[in-house]
Amino acid sequence: MDKVLLTRWFWWLLLLPLIFIGTRVFQVVWYDPSALGPDPAQSLVDLFGTTALWFLCAVLFVTPVQALIRARWLLRQRRALGVACFGYALMHWLSYAGLLLEWQWQNLGQDLLNRPYIIVGFLAGLMLLVLAGTSNNVSVRALGRRWRILHRLVYPAALLVLIHMFWVARSDYTEVALYSAVVLLLLLHRWRQQTKSS
Amino acid sequence: MKAPVGSKLTERDVTPEAIYLNRRQYLKASAVGAAALMAPALKASEAAPSVDPAPLWLQSQNKQASSSPFSTTEKLTPYEYVTGYNNFYEFGTGKDDPEKKGQDFKPHPWQVTVSGLAEGTGTFDLEDLLKGLAVEERVYRLRCVEAWSMVIPWLGVPMAALLKRLKPLSSARYVAFETVYRPEEMPGQGSFFAAIDYPYVEGLRMDEAMHPLTLMATGVYGRSLPNQNGAPLRLVVPWKYGFKSIKSIRKITFTDRQPQTTWEKANAREYGFYANVNPAVDHPRWSQAEERRLPSTLFASNRVPTLPFNGYADAVAGLYQGMDLTKYY
Repeated sequence: MDKVLLTRWFWWLLLLPLIFIGTRVFQVVWYDPSALGPDPAQSLVDLFGTTALWFLCAVLFVTPVQALIRARWLLRQRRALGVACFGYALMHWLSYAGLLLEWQWQNLGQDLLNRPYIIVGFLAGLMLLVLAGTSNNVSVRALGRRWRILHRLVYPAALLVLIHMFWVARSDYTEVALYSAVVLLLLLHRWRQQTKSS
Repeated sequence: MKAPVGSKLTERDVTPEAIYLNRRQYLKASAVGAAALMAPALKASEAAPSVDPAPLWLQSQNKQASSSPFSTTEKLTPYEYVTGYNNFYEFGTGKDDPEKKGQDFKPHPWQVTVSGLAEGTGTFDLEDLLKGLAVEERVYRLRCVEAWSMVIPWLGVPMAALLKRLKPLSSARYVAFETVYRPEEMPGQGSFFAAIDYPYVEGLRMDEAMHPLTLMATGVYGRSLPNQNGAPLRLVVPWKYGFKSIKSIRKITFTDRQPQTTWEKANAREYGFYANVNPAVDHPRWSQAEERRLPSTLFASNRVPTLPFNGYADAVAGLYQGMDLTKYY
């Protein structure tokens, strides 16, 4: 396929969840206040968080999948997936701070003390920020070998995200168990590749 | 006008007259049972549907509900949310699961088994158990342990009236309630990842159970209880966190020992037997100082301070005199 066309198609894919969520927000604001349920701000926070997690999993899937189907183009799109993950994580944080906390920073202090999972999520977010900030071509060239090492930060970030989720859950661990299984399998796969090649 | 029990009302709590009048109109409409009389200003989704699937005896008992001085005049949470945003893990842990997956549940015919320290033990048809008891409409605040709250117009009989009919012995110090166990109709009960044990068990001290605010609910919003709200019979204890108000009650047991409740068994550090709403005692993973009154909107999260005993302190604080509420949470 034409490379430019492929890239464009791929970028729309990254934006699909945003379009979906945006449509719901439009509904809520303009004609159906119940489109996101009785707690729309919380729903929005959850939607963005889940989407960010999907993209995080997608990033981790790239290596094994491309090894399987030999799709080099996928490897080239990995950074775009990572930036999308950061984008949705940022929206997750913005909707939490803006809509749930309404920018009341004294509430944030209270929340941080009472809900340690927010600190864990915030740390993961900071790691994603570093990764997204260095995902441009300039940084790749400037950092050289160190770029690959730096970008291994995605693994601790993924683990922190799982802890964040696990801590939020009140009693039903089905969802977090599923995501944990996926992420741990992917990490295990990496580790086996590493030990094989060394 | 006499102020409702335990209310600490401010200007913002006063229901605008238009909404209040609408509610009156809606009550009148549902009393007559004619959908045509429904207040036109109410969006369809905000009022209960006119079709009530419950047996006629229950419908008519619910329709005769009198209003109660214990009701708050705060703005009602719309019917759509009261029946579409629920924690009823027997049907699944998502807030919309009970409505979506609860429709195969058959709440009629229904029997309640009474056992333990009482004269009136045995298994009773619900109709016989409720016969002759006067149903009241009570608008209560409901505060979930997850720090959100609603205002709900329940229908039900005072628990004291029901329990007196069962003649508990003086040795009975607690009463335990148990939800029906029907995994074939309640998909959550068979779930592999379920973190709580079924059947669900809750309990009250006798004096809590006999308190005038404690209600055995048979309906909501002028109709009998939908499945997702605990049909056909559920507890409502407005000064305690929502999980105390056990749904679809199949068994009542009088006992001299404090029953071990489901959430206490699952996580005693996070959920105690008393579970009184208390802004001063945080859940180990979040603050209980505030709550979000639902529905909120996208740009107004509707945070309000949580009141001791959910605003019913004047009526119930005496029950816990001399108790350390941080220890008995």
